[in-house]
Amino acid sequence: MLQIECPWCGPRDETEYHYGGQAHVAYPEDPDALSDEEWAEYLFYRDNPKGPFAERWVHSTGCRRWFNVVRDTVTYEVLAVYTRTDPRPATASVSAAGGAR
Amino acid sequence: MTSQSPQRSVPGEHPEWLWGDPDPKRSYDAIVIGGGGHGLATAYYLAKNHGLTDIAIVEKGWLAGGNMARNTTIIRSNYLWDESAAIYEHALSLWEQLPEELDYDFLFSQRGVLNLAHSMQDVRDSVRRVEANRLNKVDAEFLTPEEVAKICPIVNISPDVRYPVLGATFQPRAGIAKHDHVAWAFARACDAMGVDIIQNCEVTGFVKDGNRVTGIETTRGRILSDTIGMVAAGHSSVLAEKAGVRLPVQSHPLQALVSELYEPVHPTVVMSNYVHVYVSQAHKGELVMGAGVDQYNGYGQRGSFHVIEHQMAAALELFPIFSRAHLLRTWGGIVDVCPDASPIIGATPVDGLYVNAGWGTGGFKATPAAGWVMAHAMATGQPHELGAPFGLERFTTGHLIDEHGAAGVAH
Repeated sequence: MLQIECPWCGPRDETEYHYGGQAHVAYPEDPDALSDEEWAEYLFYRDNPKGPFAERWVHSTGCRRWFNVVRDTVTYEVLAVYTRTDPRPATASVSAAGGAR
Repeated sequence: MTSQSPQRSVPGEHPEWLWGDPDPKRSYDAIVIGGGGHGLATAYYLAKNHGLTDIAIVEKGWLAGGNMARNTTIIRSNYLWDESAAIYEHALSLWEQLPEELDYDFLFSQRGVLNLAHSMQDVRDSVRRVEANRLNKVDAEFLTPEEVAKICPIVNISPDVRYPVLGATFQPRAGIAKHDHVAWAFARACDAMGVDIIQNCEVTGFVKDGNRVTGIETTRGRILSDTIGMVAAGHSSVLAEKAGVRLPVQSHPLQALVSELYEPVHPTVVMSNYVHVYVSQAHKGELVMGAGVDQYNGYGQRGSFHVIEHQMAAALELFPIFSRAHLLRTWGGIVDVCPDASPIIGATPVDGLYVNAGWGTGGFKATPAAGWVMAHAMATGQPHELGAPFGLERFTTGHLIDEHGAAGVAH
């Protein structure tokens, strides 16, 4: 089981959290202007890197607040925890299948 | 047929004498990336259905060492939507003829699958799926708890549990097969038709001429071909990225486990999406149980322990007789899951490059049909009628095939 440090509550077991997938996916600024391909990208396409991944978690059974984590998807090591409004902290660069947007 | 009978091999042994170990040639008419079940089946049907025998399977590890070695071997076709029922039923009809066609007894056992219902909504959904299956000529019936107990007496149908069994769908033609033997049977047949099975050969990049693929770079050198199929399951998006192709899949760890060997106590396959476990008993005697996926993305081929605990709790509620059973081992694989829990088969935006991916937690049962449909796409450049609905373009058109209900995570 992972142990994740909530920015507000401290380290807790993974079972207190729910997963939210890739972080930093912004809602389209001008939705009316999007093509079908751009809608598909926004709705269905997410990075799937083998290595460090910036992702969202919510502390469901604690403070119920969302925050971001950089976690290695191979070792499962949590590399960084930061709040929703912070930029992604510098960690080792993303390997395959990520970042190439 | 070969002089050495596969039945003589000790179960669990990797019978490498059934196929060759060639060095890669400079070029092939077609290359299949991935030496798992789907890759082997693709090569088999490229050769058998389309007469292409100058082909290679390249595998970064050893033959059938990924998800083909890690699944819970369940075969069924009772999916809700027409598109899914068609392709999984095609797979089941192929399973029924493959032991004879491949001349290899891979212990295909049509012992039936029960999908339990534990709530009124579960019951309504199950009855609906049974009716949909019948319209698609998939054998299916809805059973009462008493009928469930007649088929599988060790299921606890007491009303006094937290999630009582309220009924079940039953597909009698469903069942299990010995996964390793399936791979070995395909590998032997491929080898006999001239397919090069190249192991320990990892793809590191693609060779392209404009928007057309012309070959692959590998740890064993460059191999040229203008028809290439990517069949890499959990690593699909990592592989596709090397060709500049983005796939709408997310990779998750999926765990399973087996008990020690026991006398036969479990005559069928029991699945429960609601309490979440799926159980059968292998021919050798182990109870084989599958868990759910871990919620996070992962490539580590292992998952979190609480997922196993949850699965054991569900198994004990359904099968109180298992309370003294000893767990022998657990393991994890990596599954690539699409947003609609249906696979992707067919062309990519790169000419000559095809993809078979996104089978999520349910790829094993589809093995022969996935190979059949993928081989058609690679050989003809056109989607097979069973594969056409599963093209990448559905994420743009919005014509998703939402199988979260029939597939869920409990494939």
